[in-house]
Amino acid sequence: MAEAQTAKDHDFEKGLEGSSTGVASFDTHSRSLLDQIQHTLHSHPAGVPLIVLLASVAGFGIILGSKFFSPFALTLILQQVAIVGIVGMAQSLVVLTAGIDLSVGAIMVLSSTVMGHFTFRYGLPAGFAVMCGLACGALCGFINGTLVSRMKLPPFIVTLGMWQIVLATNFLYSANETIRSQDISEQAPILQFFGEKINIGGAVFTYGVIGMILLVLVLQYILNHTSWGRHVYAIGDDPEAAELSGVRVRRTLVSVYTLGGLICAFAGWVLIGRLGSVSPTAGQFTNIESITAVVIGGISLFGGRGSILGMMFGALIVGVFSLGLRLIGTDPQWTYLLIGLLIIFAVAIDQWIRKVAS
Amino acid sequence: MTRDTSKREPILTARNLVKRYGRVVALDHTDFDLYPGEILAVIGDNGAGKSTLIKAISGAVVPDEGEIRLEGSPIHFTSPMDAREAGIETVYQNLALSPALSIADNMFMGREMRVPGFFGKYFRKLDRKAMERVAREKLNDLGLLTIQNINQAVETLSGGQRQGIAVARAAAFGSKVVIMDEPTAALGVKESRRVLELIKDVKARGLPIVLISHNMPHVFEVADRIHIHRLGRRHAVIDPKDFSMSDAVAIMTGAMEPPENAQAA
Repeated sequence: MAEAQTAKDHDFEKGLEGSSTGVASFDTHSRSLLDQIQHTLHSHPAGVPLIVLLASVAGFGIILGSKFFSPFALTLILQQVAIVGIVGMAQSLVVLTAGIDLSVGAIMVLSSTVMGHFTFRYGLPAGFAVMCGLACGALCGFINGTLVSRMKLPPFIVTLGMWQIVLATNFLYSANETIRSQDISEQAPILQFFGEKINIGGAVFTYGVIGMILLVLVLQYILNHTSWGRHVYAIGDDPEAAELSGVRVRRTLVSVYTLGGLICAFAGWVLIGRLGSVSPTAGQFTNIESITAVVIGGISLFGGRGSILGMMFGALIVGVFSLGLRLIGTDPQWTYLLIGLLIIFAVAIDQWIRKVAS
Repeated sequence: MTRDTSKREPILTARNLVKRYGRVVALDHTDFDLYPGEILAVIGDNGAGKSTLIKAISGAVVPDEGEIRLEGSPIHFTSPMDAREAGIETVYQNLALSPALSIADNMFMGREMRVPGFFGKYFRKLDRKAMERVAREKLNDLGLLTIQNINQAVETLSGGQRQGIAVARAAAFGSKVVIMDEPTAALGVKESRRVLELIKDVKARGLPIVLISHNMPHVFEVADRIHIHRLGRRHAVIDPKDFSMSDAVAIMTGAMEPPENAQAA
């Protein structure tokens, strides 16, 4: 009898009788070429920057010939993007959680001055001073993460404040003193460890470059093949949904910012190798360059989409344009102009890809 | 089929639950009973406190007073995670899915599987193959297949398909109780029909279901009993076979007194 009643109640669904009865089937209807491209890019977020990177390398190679297309010039690009690449990884982690970290550059510089001054002012063993520098970076990140996740303050504001605080601490602590390259190489060569080079048939790899590549591989693995990595994406996608499906959102956020700070400190160590000296005024543009690499690399500023690999391609694109245009001999402003165009292009592509839906 | 609930032990009970938000009393000494294998619909006007009741059972809200028992033993949830670990799964109205992640990722969010051995232990490597296989099996169990690609992002699916994933996830991991909050609210007629079939499938697997819905035809179609919530308490429990939809609405809004025998049921 219940059947009879419900059947009557559902007269309005009679029109469904002829429709397919499969429950929520997943069909793959044929799509236009543009749709297919959109779907492919949707599942491979590093695709666009990779294409742009290859095209720009090919383009400059054709224009400049062997001057650009040599092992030396190509590995020079790697050396030039090493710092931004490493800091960009810290930035990527934070941006994937739909945050932003404006304090990355400041944390990097403070960590490098801590490494230098702990060695030279207090006479601590250089290896221990490096540890202290790394801890200092992680602590800064931990403060960021705690303020963002526990106090529920917007990441933009928290890291804007921390940027000023950390940078001021850096200048106050170091008394604006630079530690000279000769002193470091005589007394504490480990600080310049990442400046060491290996030469393979004209291609020059600094340890910093190798460190960067290893870090890319490690983070790529962590983000794609561990629960923690999946949780980072889920939090950036929809923090409430992540929480309800059992992700410990606050704890994960603190760990993201802390790891970000640690990576920045590592960049600070590599920075000493690149400059030779410890300078509190170094790396002024690292913040904005890291965000540029992240955006061009196809990581969505709204969180949850993109990959470390894409960010690396983004950083390399900037490096290729900088070196290529310098070799051509144009005004460096053309580089900035082109980078600006690339940023807008990248965000437009991101918006288009996000629109993908059945 | 006549249901004699007095002879069976309820799987999930609540007694005298109270929850206050400042001066607002959302739950006013309410009771709740869910029996094994049934679909219990919870209906109530807006502000009647039914979502607070459901949140108390699913761990999202901690009641100020009262007692909740699962299979006879008292439970004290402080988070949805506690409820999940006790075997109570909830399909939230917003589904709690991560749109950019894959179907498999979503089904295992927060309870991922790691590869056995060295890599799983020290490198915490996820067992993607196993998770994909299990996800496919679980969707298959509910007749949700013809999925081409289990690694498809959830945002590329339709509303009904997403609901299907959320229900499959709850059914796969909910060992004791599945709670569904407005599962058909955001769907069209055709998709609602499929989700109702899905709810019946889950019931057929022996899992009791708490169904919160505003949609009377849907409630009357699938529910074995209807818990009517009014002014923060259980106003009546009725059998859908004995009452019409308009009776239910009348009781819910206070236009009709609940029948004597239904009050205690």
